[in-house]
Amino acid sequence: MKILVCIKQVPDMASRFKVNGDGTWYDETDLAFRMNEYDEYAVEQAVQLKEQQGSTPDITVLSIGPDRVGEMIKKAMAMGCDRGVHIQDKDSFRKDPWQIASAIAGFARDKKFDLIFFGMQSQDRGSGQVGAMVAEILGIACATTVVGFAFADGVVTAKRELEGGIRAVVKLKLPALITCQLGLNTPRYPTLPNIMKAKKKELLALPIADFLKEKELVATASAYPPAKKGTGLVLEGDVNDMVGKLVGILKEKTKVVK
Amino acid sequence: MKTLLICEYREGKLLESSYELVAFADKLGAEKAMVLIGKEAEVPKVNGKLYLADVAKYGEYKPDLHKKIVLEAVKKEDPDAIVFLHSSYGWDLAPRVAAALKAGQVSEIVSINEGKFEVGLCNAKLRRTVTPQTGKMVLTIQAGAFNVAGDPQGKAQIEKIDLPDAVSPLEFVGYEPAQKKEVDLARAEVVVSAGRGVGKKENVAIIAALAKALGGELGASRPVVDAGWVEHSRQVGTTGQIVAPKLYVACGISGAIQHVAGMKKSEFVVAINKDKDAPIGEVADVLVVADVMQFVPALTAMLQK
Ligand SMILES: Cc1cc2nc3c(=O)[nH]c(=O)nc-3n(C[C@H](O)[C@H](O)[C@H](O)COP(=O)(O)OP(=O)(O)OC[C@H]3O[C@@H](n4cnc5c(N)ncnc54)[C@H](O)[C@@H]3O)c2cc1C
Ligand SMILES: Nc1ncnc2c1ncn2[C@@H]1O[C@H](COP(=O)(O)O)[C@@H](O)[C@H]1O
Repeated sequence: MKILVCIKQVPDMASRFKVNGDGTWYDETDLAFRMNEYDEYAVEQAVQLKEQQGSTPDITVLSIGPDRVGEMIKKAMAMGCDRGVHIQDKDSFRKDPWQIASAIAGFARDKKFDLIFFGMQSQDRGSGQVGAMVAEILGIACATTVVGFAFADGVVTAKRELEGGIRAVVKLKLPALITCQLGLNTPRYPTLPNIMKAKKKELLALPIADFLKEKELVATASAYPPAKKGTGLVLEGDVNDMVGKLVGILKEKTKVVK
Repeated sequence: MKTLLICEYREGKLLESSYELVAFADKLGAEKAMVLIGKEAEVPKVNGKLYLADVAKYGEYKPDLHKKIVLEAVKKEDPDAIVFLHSSYGWDLAPRVAAALKAGQVSEIVSINEGKFEVGLCNAKLRRTVTPQTGKMVLTIQAGAFNVAGDPQGKAQIEKIDLPDAVSPLEFVGYEPAQKKEVDLARAEVVVSAGRGVGKKENVAIIAALAKALGGELGASRPVVDAGWVEHSRQVGTTGQIVAPKLYVACGISGAIQHVAGMKKSEFVVAINKDKDAPIGEVADVLVVADVMQFVPALTAMLQK
């Protein structure tokens, strides 16, 4: 069994964001980058499946991005992926989801992966497009927003999460593509021995030009901070002062504190 | 401009949220046609052409077949924009349709800004306007961002779509209900919720103590539930419970749209966050910029006096 996991590196969302020089994206200066949260579930699910299948599956982990993504690919290999593919692209943030999907499909097309795992969305762009687009380009079955995953007798049983927390249970024959939602599993922390082992695993670096033949379909006009509504009151400073002020406000504005 | 609106249907009913698509089209000043995989007794009350495919044959969730039906309607209608809700149905189906048509897709539109589509970037800390470069475009709109005024009153003109081939590579087995509710947060007068900012499971007790001091219930954001710190029945948000208490206190919660959708009807909102720019500030009546672990125990102590 051959498995592909696609992961993206994103900034820590608790950061302060500024618009970049050409006004189309966020400025990367001073940001700490990490694995997209949704993609951690994708890596974990692939590794768990490998463990259940008695180690026979071979897991390739792929990321498109600048040099910094190498560290993240190594983390995924320390979690248990067998080999890494870094599709090098300094300007990956300028590519639209269609281009990223086309490049991934271009890489995967002749490699006969049985199962492909994605995150359901990236935390920075949040388009939720790439996974389903890759499935469409490759012409394989796909279920998105998956919070339950089981594999037996060549069939994936997936639970898709719907609004209000109800789930739709679906079955897919291989080859299939899954996009992972928060809570699907508990992503592991790489152990020190596994971090050491990961250093010896193969990490292939390939230029984006080998896979990307498509032009962008959507362009960013501009990026900007949201207009501050500023209706709320902001309290800052000494904790005890703020407690006093807040209790006063609650007494005045709500009926719950007397 | 001509729009094709993809309505939603689940567990035998048209979803009310389908009307948000109509509100969006009206905001664009666009012509509208609709698609529904459902049944005739449950069509939206909207004037315009409605392409109807039979849910008995095409299922409530068979995305490959639903895609073909949408593509058939696209062929007949030749719309400029194909519009979905950014929902579990829409974000699943839209990219399939976009890829099949090789049309540019814009996800989770929050508003229309000088004719351009505005979307969030980095948990809505920044915004972007984007412009599809293709003749046809696929759009998904944020749930709750476009609201319908008044009761819908119209009559759709139905045209049936039936495809010869109805085999899907995906088998839809059925629905599983949401985990049962041990607590009904919707009835609580006060909800005090713990977010990832509380740091660890042991600290949840400090948030629970504040809930008790205020005579309310403990709630939680999703990561806190996913990590097993708080049970699922206390999760607030689109995939948890929708609450509308007199007072909502968000402790260490960033304010992601899926959380805010579950608490924005609260009468009074207090947020405690160490990040002054956290998006929760946009819906908070009072934003306390502080470490929850310092502020919350001090507040609880004061209330207990
Ligand atoms: C389809 C879908 C459905 C979803 N459904 C839900 C849902 O129903 N409910 C839900 O909540 N989420 C839901 N989510 C997840 C949602 O997008 C966010 O990931 C989640 O709400 C974030 O939770 P959080 O605010 O607790 O954590 P984070 O986003 O990590 O925010 C933590 C916050 O705590 C602050 N903080 C950190 N340390 C401290 C400290 N010591 N003192 C004070 N503040 C501190 C940080 O500044 C930050 O703002 C859903 C997502 C998807 C894609
Ligand atoms: N640059 C990238 N490299 C590898 N995978 C990616 C990349 N961008 C997006 N993905 C995958 O596609 C998913 C959805 O991304 P998006 O459509 O941008 O929200 C992510 O969770 C990743 O699994």
